[in-house]
Amino acid sequence: MPTQFSINNHPVTIDAPDDTPLLWVLRDELNLTGTKFGCGIGECGACTVHVGGRATRSCITPLSSVAGAAITTIEGLDPEGNHVVQIAWRKQQVPQCGYCQSGQIMQAASLLKDYPTPTDEQIDGVMGGSLCRCMTYIRIRKAIKEAAAQQHGSSENG
Amino acid sequence: MAKIEQIARKSDKSLQTRRSFLMTAAGAGLMFGFARNSRAAVSFPDANLPPESAFEPNIWCSISPDGSINVNIVRAEMGQHVGTSLARIIADEMEADWNHIKITEVDTSPKWAGKYVTGGSWSVWSTWDIFRQAGAAARTIMLEEGAKLLGAPPSQCTARNSIISYKNNKISYGEIVARAKPTRHFSPDEMAKLPLKPASEHRLISKPVDALDIPTKTTGQAVYGIDVKLEGMVYARPKIPPTRYDATIEFIDDTKAKEVPGYIRYIILDDPSHTVSGWVVVLAKSYPAAIRAADALNVEWMVGSAITVSEHDIIEHGRSLIKDPTTGTKVFNDEGALETLSHTKHVIERSYTCASVAHYQLEPVNAVARYHDNMWEIHTGSQWQSLVLPLLAKALQTSEQNIVMRTYLLGGGFGRRLNGDYSIPAVLTSKAIGGAPVKLILTRSDDMAFDSIRSPSLQTIRVALDEPQKKIVAMDYAVTAGWPTLIMASAFMEKGVDGKPYDQFALAGADHWYDMGPLHLRAITNDLANKTFRPGWLRSVSAGWTPWALESFIDEVAHLTHQDPLEFRLSMFTATGRNKGTAPNAVGGAKRQAAVLQKLAEKISYGKNTFPKNTAIGIATSFGQERAMPTWTAGAVQVHVDEKTGVITCQKIWIVMDAGTIVDPGGALAQTEGAALWGLSMALFEGSEIVHGTIKDRNLNTYTPLRISDVPAMDIEFIENTAPPTGLGEPGVAVIAPAIGNAVFNAVGIRLRHMPMRPEDVLKALKEKRS
Repeated sequence: MPTQFSINNHPVTIDAPDDTPLLWVLRDELNLTGTKFGCGIGECGACTVHVGGRATRSCITPLSSVAGAAITTIEGLDPEGNHVVQIAWRKQQVPQCGYCQSGQIMQAASLLKDYPTPTDEQIDGVMGGSLCRCMTYIRIRKAIKEAAAQQHGSSENG
Repeated sequence: MAKIEQIARKSDKSLQTRRSFLMTAAGAGLMFGFARNSRAAVSFPDANLPPESAFEPNIWCSISPDGSINVNIVRAEMGQHVGTSLARIIADEMEADWNHIKITEVDTSPKWAGKYVTGGSWSVWSTWDIFRQAGAAARTIMLEEGAKLLGAPPSQCTARNSIISYKNNKISYGEIVARAKPTRHFSPDEMAKLPLKPASEHRLISKPVDALDIPTKTTGQAVYGIDVKLEGMVYARPKIPPTRYDATIEFIDDTKAKEVPGYIRYIILDDPSHTVSGWVVVLAKSYPAAIRAADALNVEWMVGSAITVSEHDIIEHGRSLIKDPTTGTKVFNDEGALETLSHTKHVIERSYTCASVAHYQLEPVNAVARYHDNMWEIHTGSQWQSLVLPLLAKALQTSEQNIVMRTYLLGGGFGRRLNGDYSIPAVLTSKAIGGAPVKLILTRSDDMAFDSIRSPSLQTIRVALDEPQKKIVAMDYAVTAGWPTLIMASAFMEKGVDGKPYDQFALAGADHWYDMGPLHLRAITNDLANKTFRPGWLRSVSAGWTPWALESFIDEVAHLTHQDPLEFRLSMFTATGRNKGTAPNAVGGAKRQAAVLQKLAEKISYGKNTFPKNTAIGIATSFGQERAMPTWTAGAVQVHVDEKTGVITCQKIWIVMDAGTIVDPGGALAQTEGAALWGLSMALFEGSEIVHGTIKDRNLNTYTPLRISDVPAMDIEFIENTAPPTGLGEPGVAVIAPAIGNAVFNAVGIRLRHMPMRPEDVLKALKEKRS
């Protein structure tokens, strides 16, 4: 039975088996290839998207479980690619090979919603599930703190 | 030294007739799933190509009438921001406006023949002269043509920021191209004679810059091999036999696979290149269907003899090889080394082992293949296209000129994608279905099973001491491991002093710069390893593990002879004989290694610190990546050892490096941060083992690379100088493991001689020490 949900604020209907992992629906049916395949068992974080605003590992999320949900991928995080986390990522020159970075950014955006001013321990706790094989971790930490500061500044000003 | 440059040039001679896809592939029916970012500063050959009106002073760059400057990059972009670094070199010499620079990652067109290899930390080092000359050629022509248009003598014009100026008159490079339509070209010989700017005139080199490949990596728009989509494409996943070699299919039943919606069929690969013997590939309408159908497909194999081989067997085989004095290649055989050892009363001998290590590049290996326009097209990320092209030709039973490999970003290289073996099953599958487009992806467990792992290794070092037992007077050093270059590129191995070939990438690092009397250095291939799996080149290659033995050993000898490990090392960097160093890359030789070590000692206030219990600093030094292009490196690591759990915690890393000119400081720092953390990851967290002829770990549930919470404080410093640049992708790896081992000794008095250093090894050593 076709599954309906919204993707980056657009309603879509997907006709695929219920147990199809969301990752492959995004990549191959919807051509949203910013979300990556890494481990396939939910342990590297490269496939992280937001489902109902929560960071979710799309490689182990069956299509049936997102019926009616609002899903955001890296392509939809900000229409211009200027989410506070993306800006901080560019400023700190975080990505190397870049393959894990969509997932890192989606996870970090989610982290900042839960912890607007995250401590190192909170960063470790939340980002520990996102593997970066190029080991850009030092810059990931810096960029998260920078984004937090920016977010804080803009909310105070706004 | 046989550089990969030469290696590749040799292997590419046959490619001279292959037609260029650089210009013809545009609009060839490629369909990507999204619109490309038209503002992207990095393009691939099918997009944003310079217009025909652009002026190409040489093959490396072009200037368009609108002023945009395109730089052609043959190096794979796998996170090192290599396009940015190389474009900085050409743009600086050209006096170009950096904001006008775009880079194009080129294809396997014959005009790049011999150039498309990315590894060994060679890219900047090997492109430095070529790109400065190419930039000088462009600048010279712009000056000449610009001067004409300004009605001024060229010698009184200046070039800066893509503008030629004479007094108050100015003309831009774009306008020069539009109006003068220059056609002049320089041959490589002519370019080599052009005057180059002195370092004091560098305006881009060594200055901070934002990497051109970063913006699209923050928006999901960057295109990797795994993102390729062609019209009518089907999906494939292999079913990989239990042994790498000699497996043959005995029985196949797809009854259960047929129950998977989307399953199409299975294909038994017929591979004349013998790269994927015994492989079955499952085709499906979607990749998840291919995954499930492959799981459901029942295949029985007659397996190869390696099925009984374990990691322990390989190490013990290495031990017997080292014991046999007739094995291996003598890399150094200085007069009197073995004689001194046999006549000396005081001899110290130790052996060190390193476990198998997986690449675990985050993008599992994959390739898209099809027959299109009378050509076999391979779409994949690759570090060394020219190594796999002959194999692809053999597999397809065609000639190399009928094959083109298209270039994509690499979701991690680390040496895995030097070996392009994963493109072969893709193209064979396409061939089996009449050349239709196929996307073959290995799942992570497939990827690890098929990985060209870093071989387990064994090293034995023996030294003779003088009578007061203070000085090493001779060394016998034997290194054994599986040899990647023997298996994959044997013609390019180096020769020892005995004329026998050896794999320099399974030895480098052991050929050290210490002056310690005559050295007898043997490189021995572990044939059991070679027969069991396909050994691979992995970040830092042998420099990732030979210093583990050498620098641990030097530390051991210092302690056993009651000498300070720093002073002991410095006393041996006398820079005499072959350790004097040679121009242009190793000027200064061992003196430069001593200098980074001394600088490190100052940085960590060596010998002046007091630490809490079970906490200490250890040091190590090395010269990644090779003797011919040393990046002088010294590192220190502070650790804490938990005596109850055996857990080693790395608290801080210091690195001092001399890599000559640092072209891109931000990129250099990023590479060294990453390399040092790779070193830490392999020292404490990674390492697998061969069980039943294959690597035991298949995913992150059991294979545990370093995560963000394991990252220590880091302090990295580059020595400022204007010597030719060497490399930075790998050297940061080398010193970490031995520095940790030495720190553990300083902290709790145990000597670990196996990498990775696991808590159980620590507990065992502590127990032995107590008893």
